[in-house]
Amino acid sequence: MDFIFSEEDEAFRREAVDFVDRELPWDWRTEVVDAEEPGDAVRVRQFKKRLADRGWLTMAWPEEYGGLGAPHIRQMVFNEEMAYRGVPSGDAGVSMVGPILMLYGTEEQKRYFLPRIARADIDWAQGYTEPDAGSDLASVQTRAEEDGDDFVVSGSKIWNGAHGGSNWMFMLVRTDPDAPKHRGISFLLTEMDVPGITVERIPMMWSADRALVTLDKVRVPKKHLVGELNRGWYVGAALLDFERSGVANSARGRRIVEELVQFCKENTRDGKPLSEDPLIRSRLASLAVEVEACRLMSYNVAWMQSRQMIPNKEASIVKAFGTEMVVRLYQLGMSILGLYGQLEPDSKWAPLRGRIENAYMVSAASMVAAGTSEIQRNIIATRGLGLPRG
Amino acid sequence: MDLGLDEAQQMLRNSARAFLEAECPDSYVREMERDPRGYTPELWQKMAEQGWLGLIVPEGYGGVGLGFLDLSILLEEMGRAMLPGPFFSTVVMAGMAVLDAGSEAQKQEILPRIADGQLIMTMALTEPSARWDARGVETAAEPVGNGFLINGTKLFVPDAGAADYLVVAARTGSEEEDISLFLVPRESNGVSLTPLKTIALDKQFEVSLDGVEIPSSALLGELNEGWRTVEKVLQWGAVGKCAEMVGGSQQVLDMTVEYAQQRVQFGRPIGSFQAVQHHCANMATDVEGTRYITYQAAWRLSEGLPSKLEVAAAKAWVSEAYQRVCALGHQCHGAIGFTKEHNMQLYSRRAKAAELAFGDADLHLEKVADAIGL
Repeated sequence: MDFIFSEEDEAFRREAVDFVDRELPWDWRTEVVDAEEPGDAVRVRQFKKRLADRGWLTMAWPEEYGGLGAPHIRQMVFNEEMAYRGVPSGDAGVSMVGPILMLYGTEEQKRYFLPRIARADIDWAQGYTEPDAGSDLASVQTRAEEDGDDFVVSGSKIWNGAHGGSNWMFMLVRTDPDAPKHRGISFLLTEMDVPGITVERIPMMWSADRALVTLDKVRVPKKHLVGELNRGWYVGAALLDFERSGVANSARGRRIVEELVQFCKENTRDGKPLSEDPLIRSRLASLAVEVEACRLMSYNVAWMQSRQMIPNKEASIVKAFGTEMVVRLYQLGMSILGLYGQLEPDSKWAPLRGRIENAYMVSAASMVAAGTSEIQRNIIATRGLGLPRG
Repeated sequence: MDLGLDEAQQMLRNSARAFLEAECPDSYVREMERDPRGYTPELWQKMAEQGWLGLIVPEGYGGVGLGFLDLSILLEEMGRAMLPGPFFSTVVMAGMAVLDAGSEAQKQEILPRIADGQLIMTMALTEPSARWDARGVETAAEPVGNGFLINGTKLFVPDAGAADYLVVAARTGSEEEDISLFLVPRESNGVSLTPLKTIALDKQFEVSLDGVEIPSSALLGELNEGWRTVEKVLQWGAVGKCAEMVGGSQQVLDMTVEYAQQRVQFGRPIGSFQAVQHHCANMATDVEGTRYITYQAAWRLSEGLPSKLEVAAAKAWVSEAYQRVCALGHQCHGAIGFTKEHNMQLYSRRAKAAELAFGDADLHLEKVADAIGL
């Protein structure tokens, strides 16, 4: 047993950190950057291109598809440093569509999409969730009917970032309404700039919006079906052998703790630094400990993957724990900032550039996105602990 | 990075589990709760034969020569089985103190006898002030003739009744950390013990030291340098307790999941209700968290790396996580879990004792606050 990274991984960590420090001003790293905001999206795309130039965007991909075949621990180191620096490095094309195509795509699909994904030329909208299919994703109702060489697709997809300039969408659609619900779904790719697609912005309580995509008799060529007809659920749920440690939460958490510690040292109440307030000390230390527990649980997931073990309940545990921990951190941040906590980022009085205020709201959604905390607990209990399904 | 056990550690775990299942069933745990000694010499000897008492004693002193991480793996199994008796006091507290501070002659005299099961020891550190810092030590040792005269009261001394020797921390100077350690035979004149009735029915004592005369050869380590050793023992002790708690919390989770699968209400196993499932998921999350934060601290101590933050983080986290695991375990078990006949309460009472030992979460959070720069 050891808790240290190899010299190669540490050298890579330094290289990645140096790169970010060189490429991005400190401002970028500390302000709110939302990959789905048009203004931010441009900068995110530019930065992704820089990552792509170095091969780091697709470092997890096998070499035969132009990736670096980076081991899980290496990927985790990268994700950890990027998240700590607030660099948006996530990309649905790289982490989901690409790997799915590698497993299920036709030669033509691979040839067309993989290089474009690797160059960050495609901005994907996620077309899984629907207004009536959230946690119960397998009940998607968006209908795709065969018509000659095309599917004709009608329905709606929600909570994605299509308003940020997505040019493609990957989606789950119902192709056999009479089959049991998991067995009548197919996985389709569509361009966004085609007749019948409308994108409606949904204003959210925080700075970044989401979108509702409506499809009205949209023609999708059959060559954009991924995998077999009616097997889309299993295509989408393919067990992807990518880093899924969720290390970003503890990395982000570590950053927040450090910034709050700094804030508490620099700010006083009743003539005494906040850092000497016993209640603040205890609460902040308590969350620093949570961040540490979370970091190690994430390391364990990556380590399991590096040993060809499949993290099942472990991955759900870090997802639920990590997102809930970040929520608790921002709640504490708000509480430490007191009245100032309510100020929006553009106020001259806003401490820490108002980031806590905005992130406090965004963080609550992380317990809902990508499998709610409740769904994670269901998975831990049933798949992980073997409790009977309800 | 490697978060798994190596082959030898895996074997140690498996053999410990098998041994304890055979030798330390819950009937033994219950019997020892009522037994004034709290252990049986028969089992003690068997543990010596397993090599456990000398696990971390170097081979040159008749031990097995393994490290603290290996010891932690063993302690995890002991926590799972709730092994009663003076193992922790003898090996983790007194044994490691002798290993750290003892002269060559003292090590030669004591360590082989610990390893072969002849000697039971403990450390007498805490006092009625119930503090874990040097200021809490008021018991004084005065130089007299060719030795020392010790006066004071030690409280919450584990297993003093079974111990042949107490490693007594006593004040020998006016500076805060002018503390020295002394090897005091329990049978010395002036030593008197009063057992304390505790929540875990473990064997803790009030130890009165009333004009106890000891020779200068009983000084363990240098005069006024004892606190350095105590600080190490407190770190080993805190992480060792964490390891016990990892084993205990895993067992509470396992018991609870099994019960939830079998217990039927409303015509179905209660484990099929999401309310119960989410309790179990929360327990599993806490168990997962306790494990790696403990292993990290144990590994760092084993490697001799700076460990202040990691040890404090582990004890702070695990102490509270184990309480949460027990609370939910009780909730899922319902009334039966509170009965003496059920094992659930054996664990939850021990969880509380383990939380308090070597500093509770609040104390360690304060250390974390220092370590993160507050």
